[in-house]
Amino acid sequence: MKNSRVALLSTLALASAALAADKMLITGAGATFPYPLYSKWFSDYNKLHPEVQINYQSIGSGGGIKQITEKTVDFGASDAPMSDEEMARAPGIQHIPTVLGAVVVVYNVPGLDGLELTPETLSGIFLGKITRWSDPAIAKDNKGRKLPDSSIAVAHRSDGSGTTAVFTDYLSKVSPEWKSGPGAGKSVRWPAGLGGKGNEGVTGIVKQTQGAIGYVELAYANQNKLPVAELRNHDGKFVKPSIETVSAAAEKAVLPDDYRVSITDAPGASAYPISAFTYLLVYQDQPDAAKGEALVRFLWWAVHDGQKLAEPLDYAPLPAAAVRKVEQTLTKLTVQGKRVLATSK
Amino acid sequence: MQRASDILTVRKPGRLARIAAPVRANLPDRVWAVLLTVLGLAVLAVAGVIIVELWRLSSGVLARTGLVSFVLESEWDVVRDLYGALPFIYGTLITSCVALLLALPVSVGLALFLTEMAPPGVRAVISFPIALLAGIPSVVYGLWGLFVLVPLLRGQVEPWLASTLGFLPFFRGPPIGLGYLAAGVILAIMILPTITSIAIEVLRTVPLSLREAALALGATRWEAIRIAVLPYARAGIMGATILGLGRALGETMAVTMLIGNSPTISASLFSPGYSLPAVIANEFAEASGSLHTGALAALGLILFAVTLLLNIAARLLVRVSRRGPARVAA
Repeated sequence: MKNSRVALLSTLALASAALAADKMLITGAGATFPYPLYSKWFSDYNKLHPEVQINYQSIGSGGGIKQITEKTVDFGASDAPMSDEEMARAPGIQHIPTVLGAVVVVYNVPGLDGLELTPETLSGIFLGKITRWSDPAIAKDNKGRKLPDSSIAVAHRSDGSGTTAVFTDYLSKVSPEWKSGPGAGKSVRWPAGLGGKGNEGVTGIVKQTQGAIGYVELAYANQNKLPVAELRNHDGKFVKPSIETVSAAAEKAVLPDDYRVSITDAPGASAYPISAFTYLLVYQDQPDAAKGEALVRFLWWAVHDGQKLAEPLDYAPLPAAAVRKVEQTLTKLTVQGKRVLATSK
Repeated sequence: MQRASDILTVRKPGRLARIAAPVRANLPDRVWAVLLTVLGLAVLAVAGVIIVELWRLSSGVLARTGLVSFVLESEWDVVRDLYGALPFIYGTLITSCVALLLALPVSVGLALFLTEMAPPGVRAVISFPIALLAGIPSVVYGLWGLFVLVPLLRGQVEPWLASTLGFLPFFRGPPIGLGYLAAGVILAIMILPTITSIAIEVLRTVPLSLREAALALGATRWEAIRIAVLPYARAGIMGATILGLGRALGETMAVTMLIGNSPTISASLFSPGYSLPAVIANEFAEASGSLHTGALAALGLILFAVTLLLNIAARLLVRVSRRGPARVAA
């Protein structure tokens, strides 16, 4: 009896040791916006490669950058590219764009469908200069639509977020007054309106307040069936946000080697103007041999097979040109000085 | 008499034994004593580490702007690295004051009813949901506030207040729903169980003889409460209030969801504001520059100082209330 128990215990010990040896745990942390897609990626990749398990904490882009800088995780994730100051603190960091996101303008005006806004009007509203729906500026953009004479309630994010960074980056590009006023950043000093925490907070304000206008991520607006505004893009066309128009915004973008590029207000007839890449952050040279190789192979899978999972979850896949560029970057990644993918592709 | 002296003789050696214990303590006893001392000191150490760490993080931004102008400046602009804490301090204090004004009369009334008037059966039935209120997570309060309280305030309460009390500066401006008032009301509900349960404990310490004396002198029930019970319990109720205030000051989630998150200072309770815990919760995860992180840590330090002061005040007041009745001119 005693012997058999000892035997059982030692078998268990051996088994768990074997499991520990086979299973590899890669950890990451960062952006919340791509989390639904990333968790789908990690679980699907785990089914294909049972030995690789990826654990991701969606703690926010800022937290992701902090953790990858301190090397407490194997990869980080961020919606907005890292600043020069942050890059300097994490030498050898590489941005890998994974998918595209968009920020859409949602509103709550009963009976008003297909609101169209020019960049000037949009920035006027968020600057607090246009305060009524019947303002001539809005009426000029929306001839033939019935606009109520009610006040506009502006809703914005109260928490620091990549969504705000992309939205204010766009407003800074199209409005000199915005640029010299609130400026661009993850948290800015809003001249008008109410702050809601997270996409759900902004959605809550917009849904409950008649006459409200706010901005949320595309995926969030689609899933909650909020009415979205069409925006006039760089080429002067009014564009509805969709996966196609977001991908179109990235098509003509010239990508630098570090991928830190803003594609808001992008040229192209069908380009949606408030689009952005979201990134994974990895070190150019991976310190851990086994983990590093698995991570690089996962990234390769993510920008190829993984892209097919993006659309059902309302993320826009990378355009073909961007995928080709990322392929080159991935083959240059090294594990303890040696390239991983150079021979395989 | 025999009994009493027995107890006395039994008690004396007991007390002696307790004093003498360390002298003849064996090893396990000493290990246990050391362990408990270390654990006790660890609590102090944790508080100390928090203060030191917050101070270290915020030293950069405080050196740049100076503590006084950090507290008195009202501009909070992360893009331009301008940090002023006044709107947050103001919002924290205003919402807590609204909460206290609403919660205090209800709590004390409830505690008086439960200790002085309610039959024992009713007491149990009412005490249970009060204890339940204390156990609801604050995010649930926030959600309830967002979906029930805010539409109610926007649709009914705020327009009514504006039309009846609109001559006061507190009730002016457009009824938005989200703002100081919504946050204050939700805080009032949240601190109600705290104040009520402590007030009940305090009222139970009032000696029965005081009530009986008052009643014997011909006082009605209300007069007995007013001249005998409340003066005795007053300091203790103050302590309960301050503990409730401490909870209101530090509440994060529900306030963040209801206050509107706009760093402005306005006399109107209808207007959106911001509070110290809310801005830390909102911005810390995405704070990247060292100055921004430092400024948020400095806000934490301010919040820490405010709650510390209040806790000290609460302890002093509770101690006074234990010592005996406050002297009042009848």
